[in-house]
Amino acid sequence: MTTNGGEALMRALEMEGVEVMFGLPGGAILPVYDPLLNSSIRHILVRHEQGAGHMAEGYAHATGRPGVCMVTSGPAATNIVTPLCDAYMDSIPMVAITGQVPYAAIGTDAFQECDTTGITMAVTKHNFLVTKASDIPQVIHDAFHIATTGRPGPVLVDIPKDIVDPNNPNSALEWYEPTGHDLPGYRLHPDPDPELVGRAAELILASERPVIYAGGGILKARAADALRALAELTDIHVVTTLMCRGGFPDDHPLALGMPGMHGTYTAVTAMQESDLLIALGARFDDRVTGRLDGFAPEAKVIHVDIDAAELNKVRTADVAIQGDARLAIEAIIESLKLAGAPDAQADRKGWKSTVSGWLERYPLTYDDHRPGDPLKPQHVLETIRDHSPDDTIVCSGVGQHQMWASQFWKFNHPYTWINSGGLGTMGFSVPAAIGAKVGKPDRTVWSIDGDGCFQMTAQELVTASVEKIPVKVAILNNSYLGMVRQWQEMFYEERYSEVHLSKNLPDYKGWAEAMGCVGIRVDDPDEVEPAIQRANEIDDRPVVIDFRTDATEKVFPMVPSGATNSDLMVHPSQAEERA
Amino acid sequence: MADEEGNARRLHTLVVRVENKAGVLARVAALFARRGFNIDSLAVAPIADDHFSRITIVVDVESAPLDQIIKQLDKLVNVVSIRELSPDELVERELMIITVAAGADAAALAAEHGAVVLAESGHHTMYSITGPTAAIESFEDALLPHGIVELQRTGKVALDRLDLA
Ligand SMILES: Cc1ncc(C[n+]2csc(CCOP(=O)(O)OP(=O)(O)O)c2C)c(N)n1
Ligand SMILES: [Mg+2]
Repeated sequence: MTTNGGEALMRALEMEGVEVMFGLPGGAILPVYDPLLNSSIRHILVRHEQGAGHMAEGYAHATGRPGVCMVTSGPAATNIVTPLCDAYMDSIPMVAITGQVPYAAIGTDAFQECDTTGITMAVTKHNFLVTKASDIPQVIHDAFHIATTGRPGPVLVDIPKDIVDPNNPNSALEWYEPTGHDLPGYRLHPDPDPELVGRAAELILASERPVIYAGGGILKARAADALRALAELTDIHVVTTLMCRGGFPDDHPLALGMPGMHGTYTAVTAMQESDLLIALGARFDDRVTGRLDGFAPEAKVIHVDIDAAELNKVRTADVAIQGDARLAIEAIIESLKLAGAPDAQADRKGWKSTVSGWLERYPLTYDDHRPGDPLKPQHVLETIRDHSPDDTIVCSGVGQHQMWASQFWKFNHPYTWINSGGLGTMGFSVPAAIGAKVGKPDRTVWSIDGDGCFQMTAQELVTASVEKIPVKVAILNNSYLGMVRQWQEMFYEERYSEVHLSKNLPDYKGWAEAMGCVGIRVDDPDEVEPAIQRANEIDDRPVVIDFRTDATEKVFPMVPSGATNSDLMVHPSQAEERA
Repeated sequence: MADEEGNARRLHTLVVRVENKAGVLARVAALFARRGFNIDSLAVAPIADDHFSRITIVVDVESAPLDQIIKQLDKLVNVVSIRELSPDELVERELMIITVAAGADAAALAAEHGAVVLAESGHHTMYSITGPTAAIESFEDALLPHGIVELQRTGKVALDRLDLA
């Protein structure tokens, strides 16, 4: 069947199971937007291409399916560089289609030409510049394969206009269904080496102070059930990194919460004092390890990762296993059982009671609200948590509010926490929440955002209103770039430099209403719960609540940058007790 | 990774087989740049099956562990295989052409170093030499006093020694 590149592209996307795309048209991609009208794929028209990228990410986080965005050349392509980098850092499966000037015009500085594949080379798992219409079906098939297998990541496909424009003879091709992939340099290694698995099991049995260090790879590998089985079989505590919140239920007795710079006292200290870290799909990020030469000094390390380059990159492992996290965990469980677990395990009574002692002594805490003061952000979060369904999807921005959300929410299900971990992209929350809601329309989706972050991508609430995507946004409005303010307060002698925003500008309620949302402002602690209840009842449009929070609140615990995790600062009310 | 004196060897020769596609060299070079790995020399050309090219990269390993360089390279979708060739496993050659001010007995000098006189004028002599890096460097040193006008080296290319003596 003779067809043209534009129709072939749509058809290829449909064949990959794409149900929804986020995008915005323009000159170079125009010919593709015409066959889109006849396609089964839903297209969500964004207000800024960065929004399309983060929506695709949010969709992928929530569903596990690749998120797809489509934008034109030049400025539109550069507008998605941030989401691509974000997806690259957090291993999010994503396919981005960009228009490009006609092939013959490449290199001439044509209107809206930019070297998209050159620019995005460093922030994609792979990218393609398609040169012939007949390559389109195969390249799209390859792009989805690469984005979703191994360590997932973003793949960009740059498509010159002439090969999708039905009026151009270059766009003609004979349609075909690709069979397989000709990617001789792309090999997958999902299966763990049985010998290494056996050695891991031995270390686990012998360890007296083991901790499971669960990272984002658990969620990517759909290994939450396997993780739980391993923890329960061995009775080993689990810390869940910022990218793995929800990968192990917070209400489980073995859960220690988040490790790292703003982790719980017990998660940080248990890792620090451990004699065996069982790192599963985690990458020893500097935000987790603190100063590396003082990190978990007595621990041996078992490290499982699908990406061989993560093994021994930061911390040398005693047993380094390349493989899919789920397959590796299942193999370790088998091996442990063969070796007599749990009976054959070392005695861990002392360790367990030490850990329980920490849990009891150093829970997350914050100061009580005093009459007349602004709202406590932690209290707002707890109230949203307690009045929203257990499987609510929470999407955060980047800053203090992100850390509080990760700390104070109870994540009891996988894929309920969506945030920008590796890149730390302000502006991620609102569009990612929209993408998540598109992927999971039956779930309550709360964006927990900062006032600074909100102002970076809030325009996508217009998209949400028009497209009837009823997300809920809680702005923890402390009128500051709060995280930066916290550092200036603590480490720069309260010399505040360019961190004050404004409590009243913009008027968030008015702005929300102008974008077609319900807008609510809350100053009084007594209004917090009713406002949340009201928001949770609204299901036909987005809701934005401007919670006016206390600018002086800080995130604790905290490992100051450059310090080791042993120098964790606890909440001031717990500091004396510790001394 | 240590020589007879026990010093860690810094330069390593990697033979990298890549798909012969537009932009592949840029991907390899960009990876080295963004991960902070240093390239000492690099030579690339298609092999007999022209779907593939072979790159000989000499890497300076002080900047990052060799293991990490190899694993990151391996993640590039267009990189098909990577091998490190240790000094006793490889036969290596490099080509230099070099122009110096005329003066010495060019033919004798060339013969002494196994070089060739490519061209001569009253003012200049141009030589070419092919050999292991050490031979090239010693020829360059010998020419230094004559005043080097211009030179170009290709960077190392290497093949597996196999059973060849
Ligand atoms: C795009 C971007 N620019 C700058 C930063 C640096 N940064 C990290 S947190 C933060 C403050 C965020 O302010 P806000 O959204 O109000 O959150 P808060 O910390 O007050 O909760 C800044 C500026 C960033 N992470 N991303
Ligand atoms: Mg703020």
